[in-house]
Amino acid sequence: MPLEAFNLAYLSVVIFTIVIAVAGASLLVLGILFRPSKPSAMKSIPYESGVPPVGRARERYSVRFYIIAMLFVLFDIEAVFLYPWAINFDGFVRRGDGVFILVEMLIFIFILLLGYAYAWKKGALDWVS
Amino acid sequence: MFSSAQFDWSLGGPLGGPSLLETAAAVNAKVNAPNEPFIWFLQTFITLFVIMNVVLLTMAYQTWAERKVIAFCQLRYGPKRTGPSGLLQPIADAVKMLTKEFIVPQEADRFVFFIAPLLGFVPAVAAFAIVPWGDANTEGLFGDWIRPVVANLNIGILYMLALSSVGVYGIVMAGYSSGNKYSMLGSLRSSAQVVSYELTLGLSLMGVLIQAGSLNLNDIVLQQKATIWYFIPQFVGFVCYFVSGIAETNRNPFDLPEAESELVAGFHLEYSGMSFGLFYLAEYINMNAIAVVAATLFFGGWAAPASFLEFIPGPLWLFAKFAFFLFLYYWIRSTLPRFRYDQLMGLVWKVIFPIVLANLVITAVVKIVGIQLGWWA
Repeated sequence: MPLEAFNLAYLSVVIFTIVIAVAGASLLVLGILFRPSKPSAMKSIPYESGVPPVGRARERYSVRFYIIAMLFVLFDIEAVFLYPWAINFDGFVRRGDGVFILVEMLIFIFILLLGYAYAWKKGALDWVS
Repeated sequence: MFSSAQFDWSLGGPLGGPSLLETAAAVNAKVNAPNEPFIWFLQTFITLFVIMNVVLLTMAYQTWAERKVIAFCQLRYGPKRTGPSGLLQPIADAVKMLTKEFIVPQEADRFVFFIAPLLGFVPAVAAFAIVPWGDANTEGLFGDWIRPVVANLNIGILYMLALSSVGVYGIVMAGYSSGNKYSMLGSLRSSAQVVSYELTLGLSLMGVLIQAGSLNLNDIVLQQKATIWYFIPQFVGFVCYFVSGIAETNRNPFDLPEAESELVAGFHLEYSGMSFGLFYLAEYINMNAIAVVAATLFFGGWAAPASFLEFIPGPLWLFAKFAFFLFLYYWIRSTLPRFRYDQLMGLVWKVIFPIVLANLVITAVVKIVGIQLGWWA
């Protein structure tokens, strides 16, 4: 059955990942045999340049990180659409449909660039306003 | 010259070519068809064992090479006390990390704190599963006991990009779970930087994909062998890829998450011993992955530069190209100062992103014109 041979590559990836995970975990655990363990209250204070920490660590942070995350999601989804297009481009061109598929993608990219220009104009891409 | 029909292993089917499953099966059946499932498993294990060791050893000696190269750039000696020319330094470092105490800060989310280094480490190494060290369509060494590639995936590049996305989780979890302000800030900066550059990392490969018409790394190498190494037609894409790759792995001059002078060490500040060691490993292995993929996609991978040099085996060629990129990393590190954070984010969103989009469109137009005018088959 052809599917079996096809899946073998994925099976290899799964085996590889499991072996790495086991190797990494054993590195972490192996150290128990060698390392000292003398916890103390002073040692476990979070490092803050040698002075007692002020306030909590999980404070609010800048909204710009959220904006970057949202922009990333938008443009990355667009990139995902571009992969199958780029892969099949060769086949379309050879059948003489090259201009058609190019124009289709140009429309897509143009709509995307409208959003990009809007984000730029609104200052979403500037870190310091 | 390879005809396109031979290499159109993409989403095939509706375009008239053979479907994805058929071609993949045909290729895999040639090499990987398991007559004996047990033998197949054994071969896979041996292959991945060898490749994992190559990855880890390269990483270990890369730290030595980096310190040496940077030392020579700065007219110093670098490590020289441990063994001849300091060659035992990586082993000394490993022993040190194994024997250091594992300190859990009091504010830490203990489970996440423990698991985060693994989440950074595993995807970094896993990316090496798809890198072909020789022609993946031929039999490996010793009667296929050591195969040229762990998994000849048809979606190789997507797999690589997906893994580099997963690597962000380790950083975020480490920063959040440490309960330290510096770690938190470092991980926020790092994740924003990594996701931004990931976008251009993926888009900068688009030109290569248009040219090769495949996501399979071995096909792309074969195409380059038959035509031209892609760093010549895709030079802009290559530069964008490499700059994004450096930023993606948080290396100088984009090492803001670890800016010693402001954030002490960024997201792995509270880590010690082997947990820190895993982050350290992950950083270098990520760097290796970017370098090895750059060598494969733009510099012909395992293919020799000229046919009279083909007596030198493929793995050595890939390794030489790979070493060149690592040297480039060290060179850049010892030459350029660190970016400011607004410059860093401005660079990716305002400069590299438009350039890679333009590169994509221009590559497509040139390909149409080239095929119409018969510049290439």
